[in-house]
Amino acid sequence: MTATTQTAGGPLARALPTPAGRAGFGGALRSEFTKIRSVRSTYWTLAAMIVITIGISALLSWGRVQDYASQPAAIQAHMAARITSRATQFSMFGLILGQLVIAVLGALTITSEYSTGMIRSSLTVMPRRGVVFAAKATVFTIVALAAGLVTSFGSYFIGQSIFATQHLNSTIGQPGVLRAVVGGGLFLGACGLLSYGIGAVLRHTAGAITASVALLFVLFVLAGFLPNSWAVHVDKWIPFNAGAAIWENLSGVNMFSPWVGFGVFCCYAAIAVVAGGILFRTRDA
Amino acid sequence: MIEAQSLTKRFGDKTAVDQLSFAVEPGRITGFLGPNGAGKTTTMRLILGLDRPTHGSVTVNGKEFRQLAHPMREVGALLDAKAVHGGRSAYNHLLCLAQSNNLPRRRVGEVLELVGLTEVARKRSNGFSLGMGQRLGIAAALLGDPAILMFDEPVNGLDPEGILWIRNLMKRLAGQGRTVFVSSHLMSEMENTADHLIVIGRGKLIADCSVADFIERNSVQAVRVRTPQADALVATVRRAGGSVTAATGDTLVVQGLAAERVGDLAFDNGIRLHELTSAQASLEEAFMELTAASVEFRAGGPGAEDLAAAHDDDRVRTGGVA
Repeated sequence: MTATTQTAGGPLARALPTPAGRAGFGGALRSEFTKIRSVRSTYWTLAAMIVITIGISALLSWGRVQDYASQPAAIQAHMAARITSRATQFSMFGLILGQLVIAVLGALTITSEYSTGMIRSSLTVMPRRGVVFAAKATVFTIVALAAGLVTSFGSYFIGQSIFATQHLNSTIGQPGVLRAVVGGGLFLGACGLLSYGIGAVLRHTAGAITASVALLFVLFVLAGFLPNSWAVHVDKWIPFNAGAAIWENLSGVNMFSPWVGFGVFCCYAAIAVVAGGILFRTRDA
Repeated sequence: MIEAQSLTKRFGDKTAVDQLSFAVEPGRITGFLGPNGAGKTTTMRLILGLDRPTHGSVTVNGKEFRQLAHPMREVGALLDAKAVHGGRSAYNHLLCLAQSNNLPRRRVGEVLELVGLTEVARKRSNGFSLGMGQRLGIAAALLGDPAILMFDEPVNGLDPEGILWIRNLMKRLAGQGRTVFVSSHLMSEMENTADHLIVIGRGKLIADCSVADFIERNSVQAVRVRTPQADALVATVRRAGGSVTAATGDTLVVQGLAAERVGDLAFDNGIRLHELTSAQASLEEAFMELTAASVEFRAGGPGAEDLAAAHDDDRVRTGGVA
């Protein structure tokens, strides 16, 4: 306390000792972690992501295996190689919906501050907004990556256990498989972060979720309608196609290689986060 | 100590806060008074750095709010009771705020105890009543044991018990030497709590004085008289040094003379009276008049209200008896 706060009546009787240093990133991280773990929506969305992704993946894997099992041996021999080569991707197909659920959590992490009014409390106790924004992004990224990796690995192993019933499964040691499975988790984290950035820009839950779904999913669907001469140039830049390159293993000549594609996707997320961060710092809260 | 210098905030072409300069001193309750829409909340948001001033500046203990090392240790604010995530328990709400300023966890329990929310600490705050929500907001403000406390309309919607509780709390905090800055649109509330007043209207400063000064300057003593001999009474009153501010039919409003004096004068001069009522424009009305004047005359200051009163006796006539 500076001397100006001392009154004629003498020094204040304080309940807390005078603090040293300066409130900063460490405290903000603990604060943001408390925030994310203390609301039910976090658990609901993460549980929904895990269940939906693994459920859809398992269903698809089971469908493939059923198809295969119902065929005569001659055709099975023909199918086996094709299924085996894509077994990893089939077992992770649910990510196409899982990405939308993590996008919901990413948006909510920041938009719920505005919809509830919590932002006024948050920025009153920590007016250095860059610190708040970065701490929130960091905590969300850690949570999203952890949940994303659980989802991705869970999806993969459950899917492979289904393929294994007909000996069509891949193994984690095969080339590119571990990258795809880890990549699935990274992809989910990046999706969430993209949505977090959009949430910071729009400050509105429904708007942010709509925008994220449009970017991640609708663009991907729309791209399918493009004439081939356009698709050749455009397809790989579509967010989903770029990001999913790391696990989808799309062999098409027009797609980015796994890490380049994921890098492009991370750039999209970074643009959203940086834009959100700048607006978060400069706008009236 | 909060100091504002030429603080101005425009939203588009609307000026919410206009060249406001004032200081809020420690050890007393400073009431921040103005009608709805006068710019009180905006001013508080500017102090807290939630909004950026268009011009001018405001400092807290000599620093811009965002430069404070531990903001919660210096300023505790209750802007509105709804600045919480309703899905979070009271305990976790306070914990996340405390952690941001490296406050000890035990402090959360202490403030919950202080505001009487210990029993519902683990309940989600969206089930809280308005009064409980307000207490939670006050707990958040007290968390950092700050030397400056700001409350924006803290008694809005509270029951009498809650109002009394907040009033006593503010007095206790000021008694401890803290700076207490509390806004209200109700003069009657400030009359009972504040030591000092900062009055604004349309974003401009109208008065910055003690409550006693404000009352003295702005309350209008008046006597209502009904008489069939109005002309005679007007002449008598004027001779005696009083003034008649309004005459509608047989009813006069006399200022500058006490009711007893008016009665005696009428008796001495053989004027028949049908009614004689002593009335004081309540402080509430003085305040309304003052802020209305700021709208009418733009550069209103103490003094402008006399002019307004002379034009319009409605407030005096309907004024509650002191």
